[in-house]
Amino acid sequence: MSWLEVFFTQLSNGLVLGSFYALVALGYTMIFGVIKLLNFAHGDVYMIGAFCGFGALSLVSGILGDTWLGLFVAMLMSMVAVGFLGVIIQKIAYQPMLAAPRLSILITALAVSLVLQNSALALTSGEYTAFQTGLGYGGVDFGAVFIAYQSMVLVGTAAFLMIALEFFVKRTMYGRAMRAVSVDKDMCRLMGINVSRVIAITFLIGSGLAAAAGTMAGIYYGSIWYFMGFLVGLKAFTAAVIGGIGSITGAMLGGLILGMLEAFGTQIPFIGSEWKDVFSFSILILMLVFKPTGLLGKSEVERI
Amino acid sequence: MSEPNSAETRSEQTPAANGLLDHMYVFFDDVRHRYGFYALVLIVLVVMPLLTGQYITAIMTNALLYVVLCLGLNIVVGYAGLLDLGYAAFFAVGAYTVGILTQEFGMNFWLTIPCAVVTASIAGVVIGGPTLRLRSDYLAIVTLGFGEIVRFSARNLEITGGASGLAAIPSPSLFGWHIDSTLDFYYIFVLLAVVACIASHRLHNSRLGRAWLYVRHDEDAAEVMGINRVRVKLAAYVIGSIFGAMGGAFFAVNLGAISPESFSFEQSVLVLLAVVLGGMGRIPGVILGAFIVVLMPEFLRELGSLRLLIFAVLLLLIMLFRPTGIWPDRRS
Repeated sequence: MSWLEVFFTQLSNGLVLGSFYALVALGYTMIFGVIKLLNFAHGDVYMIGAFCGFGALSLVSGILGDTWLGLFVAMLMSMVAVGFLGVIIQKIAYQPMLAAPRLSILITALAVSLVLQNSALALTSGEYTAFQTGLGYGGVDFGAVFIAYQSMVLVGTAAFLMIALEFFVKRTMYGRAMRAVSVDKDMCRLMGINVSRVIAITFLIGSGLAAAAGTMAGIYYGSIWYFMGFLVGLKAFTAAVIGGIGSITGAMLGGLILGMLEAFGTQIPFIGSEWKDVFSFSILILMLVFKPTGLLGKSEVERI
Repeated sequence: MSEPNSAETRSEQTPAANGLLDHMYVFFDDVRHRYGFYALVLIVLVVMPLLTGQYITAIMTNALLYVVLCLGLNIVVGYAGLLDLGYAAFFAVGAYTVGILTQEFGMNFWLTIPCAVVTASIAGVVIGGPTLRLRSDYLAIVTLGFGEIVRFSARNLEITGGASGLAAIPSPSLFGWHIDSTLDFYYIFVLLAVVACIASHRLHNSRLGRAWLYVRHDEDAAEVMGINRVRVKLAAYVIGSIFGAMGGAFFAVNLGAISPESFSFEQSVLVLLAVVLGGMGRIPGVILGAFIVVLMPEFLRELGSLRLLIFAVLLLLIMLFRPTGIWPDRRS
């Protein structure tokens, strides 16, 4: 393969990977923004999203057949279902812990993650589930470089979701409320903002986006399993740190950067695809050492 | 950053619910009662394998290994209030250091122990150094990744024996006593657990232990009082990792074979569960937690893959309804 082919192939891989990471990273960053919690369970929410998408697809394909429309409907169903799951998790597990010491809420988040993961493990007995879309692997042949329709549609959908989110956060009432809550919760209460509803909406949207990413990952990789959220959760966190945790644009940017780094990292001699995960983890450590506020994040001033 | 009041309000709620615990505290406040109880436990531990079979001895050895690991994690989580989700990594570093040095380089087991301590400390500084300056949440997620990376490297590197791991690690001998039977290792682990308990206790009451308590409750106030919070936290993290490496070293020679799957995320979670279940920061509580986590699966054998789900739900319920654990530390 010439270097040009390699470049464009990896560019398309990087875009797809990057959009998954970005969608999951958005949830991390939004939830961190409103309740200052790193939601460990977020990667597992993504995994549940993949399973819900799979379930919805088998329901929908009976009516709509193997079409892109069917996939979109399944993805939307999964987003709604998992969005409400996120709200339930927040109400049951995180709400009572908000006043507790930081360590307690972190362990609670870990417990939620384990409950989700092991429920999926118990239901699937640890096997991979084939995620068949029946759409084939058609694509466009740009001379030497072949780009699957699938990748284009996935990246397009992810881009649409991110633009919609940007619109929501910047232009709507609840978006504004969300930004306000992330700055000062007590002041928001005094100004008559229903803070607990804003937090619930944040979990709804964050989990919904993770579910969209999960369903898309199922379509892209063709199989899903209970542990798929673990690494993606970790990498999405890396993406959020690269972009600057708490910054929504940063999460999108960080996701894309990480996706690209991983895709092109596989081409570097001595790293290869085997060490891909170690590579992105090293990026996380380096980022935390040299620029913990990320590319777009503001430095956090702690008030005593 | 931390909420100084919340810890107090929490412990105020507990006494009414803990009539039994209060009696226990009063009972153990008497030094004679306390040492009598310790002596009794020690006698039971020494005599027990002579009366029971090899199977029970092997399970008890495993429980004692968990006691060492849990006491180590307790220093990080219970004393310093940092969340470490990749504790199995240090366990692995210890086990692999000993495994590689004894098997590939033919070193004496007892000489490899200081090496394991050094490698674990280096790993602790590499992971803790950059992250401990930041919010404690970062440490949690970085250790989560670190745990996976260590296992992943063990699986991919040649020197660690790849996915099948290292086999035929020679068993050690001490002044002509060749340690190789189940019973020998059981007594070695009793000794190790006792040393770990004493070390934990001494650390808890030391100047450093009080600094941890302070940092855990209010980092900013501690800093103002002249405690270097990064150094104090790093000390907790490195000491915890040394405990883990010691556990790993003896684990490796006990089994004679190690593979990457012995050091999975599940392992880290079980150790953390034991610490949280028993009561973070309190040595008897942590020991109790370790025994529960090791012995409970023996009773729940039929459940198979549901076992971890039960543990996960248990962890969630403890955090929601009894965040201080079964036998909590009175100081917190």
